[in-house]
Amino acid sequence: MRPVSYSRATDVGAAIGAVSADPESAFLAGGTTQVDLLRIYVEQPRRLVDINDLPLNRIEELPGGGLRLGGLARMSDVAEEPELVRRYPMVAEALLLGASPQLRHMATIAGNLMQRVRCSYFRDVAAGCNKRAPGTGCSAIDGINRGHAVLGTSDCCIATHPSDLGVALVALDAVVQTEGPGGTRSIPIDDFFLLPGQTPEREHPLTHGELVTGIDLPPLPVAATSRYIKIRDRESYEFALASVAVAMSVVDDRITEIRLALGGVATKPWRARQAERLLDGAPATTESFTRAAEAELAPAVPHGMNTFKIELARRTIVRALEIMAQREGTT
Amino acid sequence: MSPAIGATLNRVDGRFKVRGESRYSAEVPVPNLTHAVVVNAKIASGRITAIDTSEAERAEGVLAVLTHRNLSPVATVPKLLPSLAGLAAPGQSFFPMQDETIHYAGQPVAIVVADTIERADHAGTLIRFEYAPTPATTLLDQARDQAYVPERIFGGLLPGHASRGDVAKALAEAEVCVDTTYRFAPNHHNPIEPSASTAVWEDADRLTVYDSTQGPNSVQFTLAELLGLPPISIRVVSHAVGGSFGSKAMVWHHPALAALAARHVGRPVRLVLTREQMFTSCGHREEQEQRITLAAGADGRITALRHHKLSLTSPFDDWAEPSLQSPSVAYTSPNYEGIYHLVRGNTITPTFTRAPGEATGMFALECAMDELAERIGVDPLELRLRNYSATDPESGKPWSSSGLTECYQRAAELFGWHGRDPRPRSRREGQWLIGTGMASALYPVTQPVNPQRARARLYNDGTAVVEAGVSEFGTGVFTAMTQVAADGLGIPVERVRFVGGSSDLPNVTAAVGSAGTSAVGSAVHLATTQLRDELIRRAVADDHSPLRGADPAAVQVRDGKMVLRDRPDVGETYADLMHRTFMPDVEVLGTWNPPPQDAGYGVHTFGAQMAEVAVDADLGVVRVRRMVGVFAPGRVLNRKTAHSQLMGGMLWGLGQALLEATRMDPRMGRWANASLGDYLVPVNADAPDVVVDTIEVHDEVVNPLGMKGVGEIGVVGVAAAIANAVHHATGRRQYELPITLEKLL
Amino acid sequence: MKSYEALRTAPNPDHAVVRGPGEVEVHLHVNGESRTAIIEPRVSLLDALRDRLELTGTKKGCNQGACGACTVWVDGRRVLSCLTLAITCENREVTTIEALSEGDTLHPMQQAFLDCDAFQCGYCTPGQIMSAVALLAEGHVGDDTEIGEWMSGNICRCAAYPHIRAAIRRVRDEGGPGDASR
Repeated sequence: MRPVSYSRATDVGAAIGAVSADPESAFLAGGTTQVDLLRIYVEQPRRLVDINDLPLNRIEELPGGGLRLGGLARMSDVAEEPELVRRYPMVAEALLLGASPQLRHMATIAGNLMQRVRCSYFRDVAAGCNKRAPGTGCSAIDGINRGHAVLGTSDCCIATHPSDLGVALVALDAVVQTEGPGGTRSIPIDDFFLLPGQTPEREHPLTHGELVTGIDLPPLPVAATSRYIKIRDRESYEFALASVAVAMSVVDDRITEIRLALGGVATKPWRARQAERLLDGAPATTESFTRAAEAELAPAVPHGMNTFKIELARRTIVRALEIMAQREGTT
Repeated sequence: MSPAIGATLNRVDGRFKVRGESRYSAEVPVPNLTHAVVVNAKIASGRITAIDTSEAERAEGVLAVLTHRNLSPVATVPKLLPSLAGLAAPGQSFFPMQDETIHYAGQPVAIVVADTIERADHAGTLIRFEYAPTPATTLLDQARDQAYVPERIFGGLLPGHASRGDVAKALAEAEVCVDTTYRFAPNHHNPIEPSASTAVWEDADRLTVYDSTQGPNSVQFTLAELLGLPPISIRVVSHAVGGSFGSKAMVWHHPALAALAARHVGRPVRLVLTREQMFTSCGHREEQEQRITLAAGADGRITALRHHKLSLTSPFDDWAEPSLQSPSVAYTSPNYEGIYHLVRGNTITPTFTRAPGEATGMFALECAMDELAERIGVDPLELRLRNYSATDPESGKPWSSSGLTECYQRAAELFGWHGRDPRPRSRREGQWLIGTGMASALYPVTQPVNPQRARARLYNDGTAVVEAGVSEFGTGVFTAMTQVAADGLGIPVERVRFVGGSSDLPNVTAAVGSAGTSAVGSAVHLATTQLRDELIRRAVADDHSPLRGADPAAVQVRDGKMVLRDRPDVGETYADLMHRTFMPDVEVLGTWNPPPQDAGYGVHTFGAQMAEVAVDADLGVVRVRRMVGVFAPGRVLNRKTAHSQLMGGMLWGLGQALLEATRMDPRMGRWANASLGDYLVPVNADAPDVVVDTIEVHDEVVNPLGMKGVGEIGVVGVAAAIANAVHHATGRRQYELPITLEKLL
Repeated sequence: MKSYEALRTAPNPDHAVVRGPGEVEVHLHVNGESRTAIIEPRVSLLDALRDRLELTGTKKGCNQGACGACTVWVDGRRVLSCLTLAITCENREVTTIEALSEGDTLHPMQQAFLDCDAFQCGYCTPGQIMSAVALLAEGHVGDDTEIGEWMSGNICRCAAYPHIRAAIRRVRDEGGPGDASR
């Protein structure tokens, strides 16, 4: 790790001021990504501004029935918040299926959205990687890419977005609240995650020194019947090979409302809009589910070792929808 | 006083371990300590054309930057020799940083020494290397056509090929033939404690190294050769070792590099490998494939076994893990051919990895057996019984002990094997397809080739210290030796202290090949029983002893008291005798001379493995629901620790079957997943409850206590049992490890 | 939120000050004692404990947050000390394995690990035990499946997992202290 200086901020304005004034500075929150990447020289700020003391860790009711999750709320606290568990179970499940208990105590939910990819070439400073070092090429496209994305890729980058939480949030149309040198703004979650395109180094629209202060979950009754399904090699403590966040309501065997997003297979938490369109109003049958899954994965591009993810994602979608349909059917 | 051997004693070092008090090699307090970091080559083949160390040298806290240009050369080019031989045991016939040539990625190219670990680590990144790379071979598929058959493998200890009978004829006449090829991903040991060496020069010819090793004496002898010093100059200490699984069985470069760096800076140096370096610095299980051809009659009796292995080795050594040993004797087969094929590549020399050879070789054989059983419509267990060999099929000699059929029977009872519906996909629970599978487990009983020593010293208060140079890396050997010593002396375990972990102590061979506890246990048994006999002799010769004139053979010791076997009221304690005769202590050096390799018996350890898996019918996810392993490892010294080791071995088999694979990127010649986040080992949630049982077999051939070892046998056969269960669940045969879900979609 | 505010013992440092990158005085509160280390801000809590404060019970297995051997409690919660910078802990309470026993009396979890043979080499053990005691306080110990999931952040390469679960079950069933603030 490079030598680095340190200061601690107690109010949001001072934190933003400190980081935005110095291009070689960075916020330090839970540290689970930051310290890891500092140690392997993928990130090299000269100064860390510790924001752990900022009053941004609360979970609050929003007028109109939503919930605001403070950006510095820890994954473990959010996952066990009773109102969140009741109204947005898929968010709690996504959090609890991520990382490990220790990491969940450390990592903040803002940091979770900001976490960097797990691509081994991104993490290896001796390898070419357009995301880490623009213009050096993507080593993963013809490399060891079993864990890589099949949706949203470009010829510059195929790294999978690692967040589970983000998948649930895009399904819910959450809104990211930020504050920066230019003031505050609200960013719809789907716009918060950028596709790699020709600029994989740009992962989100934040400016330097802009801070994620909170995440708003909109009031959404259907979210109370939601699940997060995660498929991986190991039973626990591993990133997804494929995951599905789904909220669904069924009336008289017809789908009346559907929200669906995919993780582990795309370069950003992937809202499955194509599938949603086909499912909305369709009979809640395996045939509908299969057709929707196939449509969603139709544009998928395999890269050798990760070819299986297309079929795995299809089947995981069907599985998740079947679980929801069975549950809806029995209630 | 009931015997200590066989009891379920808690680990004697356990209290220190649960309190965090055990000092592992990187934790021994040393005054004036400095920290060294190794810098590794990023290319897999070529040479260094330029090095700029100026920035690193200027960095804060840096004491030295060493490359091949300024590092003192080693005194000899090392020659690979398995540590079982009891001599110097370098892991490969190569020592880095002697010239500018790069043979494999991860080869050490520089060492930085600084006052803190952070400064050393950062300065290492400031060295600029320029390389002239040359094409590298890092995968079997790149150089299959260059395969050769080595005359000998394994440091010269084993032949590169073997045969009996006429395989070609038997194959031509076979009624049934199974011919399959299995592929194995490379595996890395990944003990949770990374290898570490702390080197302290007391003066120019006195060096102490705290090293994480399976054999302190191996390190001592290897360092003596590399540094050009006599063994008397070198002391190696290993108080506690945080797991090894073969990664610390041989002596790699770091202890010598730490010693050289410490000599250079004139201060003690601690060198700890990073997790990433654990993938390139202490060997691995090599990439390999194995072809098995089984010929059998319609009744399933095997008439021929042909077993060929192809694997990748280094530029320096003809290394292959010995996968053909146990399969060649697992079943009666009059005709046999086993051949190792090697391809040279740009890699460190591969090495022992838990159940070296058998973990892969028995996978291949036992999967082929399952296929044969299906082909002829016989229960897999029945097929094994039909082919059971009551003698060593290689030599025709009787087994020193076996217990295999009892293992099958007991495992079948514990598992509920009988009545199994053999049809694939015959059981389903919701989304899960359920299958069961079994396999035989065999592991050779390896014997040290030189005398094994231990020292026992009894004090006149009735307490005893027993010493040998063995290290404790999780096997429970310190605990078991306490029990052996207590029984040998006839005193309670609480009065025995076992001391190990130093090359200053009586020499025992590195604890490898499941032979560690047997080797040191035999020496401890002899030392303590000889000491006991010595005191009995003195007592019966002493005019003032109640035992005066008694036949020594009629005296036994219970709870520290020597008594007549048939008159237990007549006798005296060790302490009484020693006080009366002005003896502060009595000391005996016990020496066990292992039997010759060819002692007229086949020697192997046997067991049976059974597993039940659930396979997600749509998603291909495999989860192991339960496992049963029954083994006949000879005398069990401590049921608790032995069962733990067998259980751990079985869960290693689970990892091998389903998760573990190091992935090579041939374009760079580097591992693409050299981390514990990316190289997946089982976590708690992956591990089902495991039923372990042992069949006691009496073995008078192997060693005085009849121990055959429990370190590796637990692994053997598990992956095959799981693969066979996956086939039973899904109807799909598995020919490649690990069995990841894409193979079942 | 947990009541760890009360555990904050050290005075808050001067926030405005930029410290480092060279060595600075860092005031820690470890196992109930005030400790001072002269370290650079980049030093991890793990290395500060092991190399500066001679508290080597906390283990370094991967230094990447992938094994759990370095698990300690910060303000009563189990965290990974390898991904925590020591300087960020200045006004927090750090607890390590060395504080778990009361004198010579083992914590019930330590005793259960010993009796259940829930370790072999012992290197991951302090992290396992710190995790296990915290888990009891967290409450996810209903059955073996739950224990297994919530202990999956601690890798045991010797694979003592079934015995680790047995040890946790035993302490759970004895109603022993699961007090992570102890």
